[in-house]
Amino acid sequence: MPPSTDILQGTLDVLILKTLAHGPMHGWGIATRIQQISADVLQIGQGSLYPALHRLEYKGWIEASWGASENNRKAKFYSLTPLGSKQLRSELEQWERLSTAISTVLNASREEFA
Amino acid sequence: MIREAISRLRYIFRKHNASTEVDEELRLHMAHAIEAKIASGLSPHEARRQASIEFGSLQAAREQCHDQHPRAWLDTLRQDLQFSLRSLKRDRGFTVVAVAILAIGMGANIAVFSLVNTILLRPLSFHDPEALVWIQPADAGGGLSGSTYSVDAYEDLRDMNRSYSGVTGYFAFSSPNNHKLTGNGIPQPITGIDVVPNFLNVLGVTPGLGRDFRKEDGIKGASPVVMLSHAFWTAHFHGDRNLINTAVSIDNAPVTVVGILPESFDFGSTFSPGTRVDVLTPLNVEAIRYSGNTLTFIGRLKPGITAQQASSETATLFPQFYWGKKFPDSKGSYGRAVAVPMKEHVAGQLRHSLYVLWAAVATILLIVCVNLSNLLLGRAAARSKEFSLRFALGASRGRLLRQLLTESFLLAASGSILGVAVAAAVASWLAHQGSIALPLISELRIDPVTLWWTVLLGLVAMVLFGTIPSLRATDTGLQSRLKDSGPAASEGKRHEGLRNALVVSEIALACVLIVGAGLLLRSFLHVMDVDLGFRPSQSASITVDVPNLKNEDRYSFYRNLLHEISAVPGVEIAGLSDNLPLARNRTWGPPGVKGVTYGRNERPSTFVYVVSPGYLPTMGMRLRGRDISWNDNATNEPVIIINEKAARFLFPNGDALDHMVVMSGKEVRIIGVVSDIHETNVEAGSSWQVYLPIAQGWGEDGAELVIRSSMPPDTLATPLLSTLRRLNPGQPAVELRPLQALVDHSISPRRFFAFLVAIFAAVGLLLACLGIYGVISYSVARQTQEIGIRMALGATRIRVLFSVIGRTVRLSVIGIAIGTIVSFMVAKAITALLYGTEPSDPITFSGMILLLLSVAVCSGYLPARRAADVSPMTALRTE
Repeated sequence: MPPSTDILQGTLDVLILKTLAHGPMHGWGIATRIQQISADVLQIGQGSLYPALHRLEYKGWIEASWGASENNRKAKFYSLTPLGSKQLRSELEQWERLSTAISTVLNASREEFA
Repeated sequence: MIREAISRLRYIFRKHNASTEVDEELRLHMAHAIEAKIASGLSPHEARRQASIEFGSLQAAREQCHDQHPRAWLDTLRQDLQFSLRSLKRDRGFTVVAVAILAIGMGANIAVFSLVNTILLRPLSFHDPEALVWIQPADAGGGLSGSTYSVDAYEDLRDMNRSYSGVTGYFAFSSPNNHKLTGNGIPQPITGIDVVPNFLNVLGVTPGLGRDFRKEDGIKGASPVVMLSHAFWTAHFHGDRNLINTAVSIDNAPVTVVGILPESFDFGSTFSPGTRVDVLTPLNVEAIRYSGNTLTFIGRLKPGITAQQASSETATLFPQFYWGKKFPDSKGSYGRAVAVPMKEHVAGQLRHSLYVLWAAVATILLIVCVNLSNLLLGRAAARSKEFSLRFALGASRGRLLRQLLTESFLLAASGSILGVAVAAAVASWLAHQGSIALPLISELRIDPVTLWWTVLLGLVAMVLFGTIPSLRATDTGLQSRLKDSGPAASEGKRHEGLRNALVVSEIALACVLIVGAGLLLRSFLHVMDVDLGFRPSQSASITVDVPNLKNEDRYSFYRNLLHEISAVPGVEIAGLSDNLPLARNRTWGPPGVKGVTYGRNERPSTFVYVVSPGYLPTMGMRLRGRDISWNDNATNEPVIIINEKAARFLFPNGDALDHMVVMSGKEVRIIGVVSDIHETNVEAGSSWQVYLPIAQGWGEDGAELVIRSSMPPDTLATPLLSTLRRLNPGQPAVELRPLQALVDHSISPRRFFAFLVAIFAAVGLLLACLGIYGVISYSVARQTQEIGIRMALGATRIRVLFSVIGRTVRLSVIGIAIGTIVSFMVAKAITALLYGTEPSDPITFSGMILLLLSVAVCSGYLPARRAADVSPMTALRTE
């Protein structure tokens, strides 16, 4: 099981932004959602999740408000700000470019390296 | 990026109670985790257990969240500051010493910087000062004598040049106290300078009040006007604004005050350092057209013209000028002239001295930093357990470093603030020392530039003294230190090597300072020892107001005056001269033997003194032949006394006595040959000098009474002045000045610099002592046990004493050896500032070595005594 701290900081940020793009969510929700979607590959520990959430909030990419959770507990819900969705778009583009580039290299045939 | 920064900035000022919010958030996370575990089929107890394990430390999570906050670093800083303050307060002795030596080092640096800034760096307080130039002969040998021109030359320059938007000048030969303020009780002496009416306009000085001089003010028959200096206006007229356009009485005649100079412009401190100028008056050029070379030239360059371009034009222009157009063959009286930037003219000669001073204080600061480094290292050694403990409890090295640097910062900041206070006191004291002949010194103050310099210097000092000890204190291997039971034996050893190196460098730096100060002091003593050609001790001078009388009546007035003055109790001998050595700078054409033609510039211009009988002996000058007598009057043969230098040149093959020479077109007989005097500068050589009888119609320019007496001037002043006032009620209340004051004034810059460097050397020496003492006593304290064992094994007291002193001497010898080499190079660099002293002066060097060695032994002696007094039993029992 890969420890959560191994996820690059910038990567965690974009994961959070992407998750929040579908609506406000509290910390636990974000962590479980990422875990589910990644089929348990990405497990986000609280030790990196909450500092990241706070960092993003201070940057103005996400905002927080207190609300009631599904089982009626007081919970802090995070949602994407317009600035945050702009950031998400640009990060996704960048990720797309990067991953295409990397996979092109990794999938290159023997002839191409020759 | 910017929006991000703004967002973060908002949070800095937002009140937050994040800790409770974070706690709640984390608790919720935990609750969710437990629920999830229970849902997956675990027992509530097991679910809680596993969730807790996965979760990890709540406290760490809390702190990590907190660290994300934009204000986190501020909180840390606050904590660091509080902690440092507490720890400095606990160690009060250390703090006081550290701040005190920093304050001395910073204070000296700030004061000297403000001096450098005022004299060298800050632009002159004129409009567009860079465009102002001082025009002088290309080969000016310094001083005014060679750098003045005639009125006709002025007018030619003004009309023919293409480089200047304005040319102006002033009458260079006004003597101090040349006017008196009358009409209100006892006349007050004042000093006035005649300036070409466009003077202020060319300089770009606007009167603080009233109007500038106009061209008409300088025309013959114009109603007399005057411009007061700000200081004079404040002191004598209490800053009365209604004074403008009213008349004041100067020399018993009404003169209209047309303006007050701005506070920022002090003529004396700019153009004639160390003298006071009270009023400016418009110059009537017609009155001095044929009085000789009396004008200085100042030009304002046209936009885009450089001083160099102006110089090359000036060089070709000047040889075309006439001394006086009335005399066609006076064309070509002047050699090439150059335009020197004004700032260079005012301050250029001091540049070297000021840089030396600057280097000296920088050395002081270095020594201070080395010393502090040393103290901090000692402190770090004592605190090593504390740091090990904190490190073990989870503090990172960076965090500890930051805390130590915060401590250094606090020390540097308080030292700097105190230093500014010290420097401000010194600066305001210096600014009011009118007698120091340094230009612009009245403008000395702590200005914003100086404050920025202070900040910069404080930071540099902090880095210098704080870095090494902090790195050392937080060095790795902390756990081994915790384990150490003894007084950190191995750690101490490592510290000691570094501390020894620091002490050695401290001693070397002190060496350089002491050698520099020694050489400058020896030069100063040599200057004091110069044979001035007259004896300034036990003599004093006072300016006599000469009533407006015809020649013969005036001569009787002088004769009667000298008679009366000689009768004043205490006065041994008295004489009159219209000029004194080291005072006004006035030259005439040189004398020559009749029939002999001399090459142009073969004979130097000649200083002229129109004197009464008794003047030469009163001055204590050595005379061959006879003195002037009252019989040397209009009916008898004109006579002259010349100095040795002139005599040697004019009569190389025999004695000059009794020969005839031509002086200013008159044939005169040489009745005496007198010693050369230093006429303008103690450190410069002598030119030609002649003494003419006061009663033979040479036209004396004022009168200075000189007396010789064993009584102090203070007691003599009152009877002398009352005698003078009895003879002439118009006599103003001028000061009776010892002749030594003239000498002091002339050598004041050298004394000033030598004195300052000596003080810095003393401070450096003291700090070096402190350093030696600190290191040796620390190592003695560390070795108490060892010494105890050695004594128990039979080492004698003396042996222990000598071993400690031996170590001190070893350190000093290394320091002195390095220091001597560096000093030698430094001494070579300051050769230009020395007078009669070789840069390798053996007395200075051996004196320095002796001084440092003995001081080192003394500061090692105290800890050595302590070591020798160690009782083996107690030493072995400690720890």
